[in-house]
Amino acid sequence: MKVTVNGHRLELDCQTAFQVREQIGSQTDIVILNGFQIDKDCKITEGDALTIIRKGAIPKREELEGMMMARHTSNVYEKIKKGKVAIAGLGGLGSNIAVMLARSGVGQLLLIDFDVVEPSNLNRQSYYISHLGLPKTVALKKQLGEINPFIKVETKQTKVTADNVEELFVGYDIICEAFDQPEAKSLLVNVALEQLPGIKIVAASGMAGYDSANLIKTVKPMKNLYLCGDFENEARPGRGLLAPRVQICAGHQANMVLRLLLGIEDV
Amino acid sequence: MKVNGSIIVLREKQSLLDFLADQKYDIKKIAVERNGEIVPRSSYDRVVLKDEDTLEIVNFVGGG
Repeated sequence: MKVTVNGHRLELDCQTAFQVREQIGSQTDIVILNGFQIDKDCKITEGDALTIIRKGAIPKREELEGMMMARHTSNVYEKIKKGKVAIAGLGGLGSNIAVMLARSGVGQLLLIDFDVVEPSNLNRQSYYISHLGLPKTVALKKQLGEINPFIKVETKQTKVTADNVEELFVGYDIICEAFDQPEAKSLLVNVALEQLPGIKIVAASGMAGYDSANLIKTVKPMKNLYLCGDFENEARPGRGLLAPRVQICAGHQANMVLRLLLGIEDV
Repeated sequence: MKVNGSIIVLREKQSLLDFLADQKYDIKKIAVERNGEIVPRSSYDRVVLKDEDTLEIVNFVGGG
């Protein structure tokens, strides 16, 4: 029977997943069959994809990508890998979106921010003490390299203005608007929708404080604009930004990006 | 006129800019789509609203 094992097409005389494991590895190895980790043996059929992972071992680079992505369904991963996504603003939303999209295997990311990591970022943004003082573009790119070295990550340490939107984002499928200031959010959305026909924007508005997590949602108010948040809870004195709601909103944005890359335009 | 899904009756001939000011929008914090097309900010004062128009106004609040 022809099956794919750890990325290699093999002709094996096996009827079940655990028989494949016996031939390739040992009894304690993890078995992932077509994107799902199994703990009971089951029959395999022609064309199935298996990943056999030895616990605790560090695999060779050429095997690593297949093992990392074994939990994706294979046709999903192939589509996501072709995606080109720009993230504008690398704060609480953008840094967390970037980490999620890198884990998911989005093939090309553009990270844009003008600022450096400072202590007040650590309450919600994906940075560590060791990153303090580094440009956010540099600190985030380092992390993404540790999470998924098989994607292309470009960085631009710059401020987005009405004059540079087109040159920064041209060629990307999707822009994640992940700024803090409402004026910056509005500027990017307006200029990108005007100047880059066809580009999709996944923006955010309203995720401060600790109001119900269930108020945060994704809507599609315009043809090429998706908006995530509760649309009301702005950050202000007395209502700061906290990790959970910011990350929930970032999760909404990242999920919408994946849906769009998979050809789904409904929220 | 339909604005964000609700019917609004225009009492007089009005530009988009005047309508947004009446509704207390801060034009630096919004985006407006009219009949399915984004309206460039620079043309808010030149767009004259009609009863048949459908507007989507997105208002951004701070935080991220």
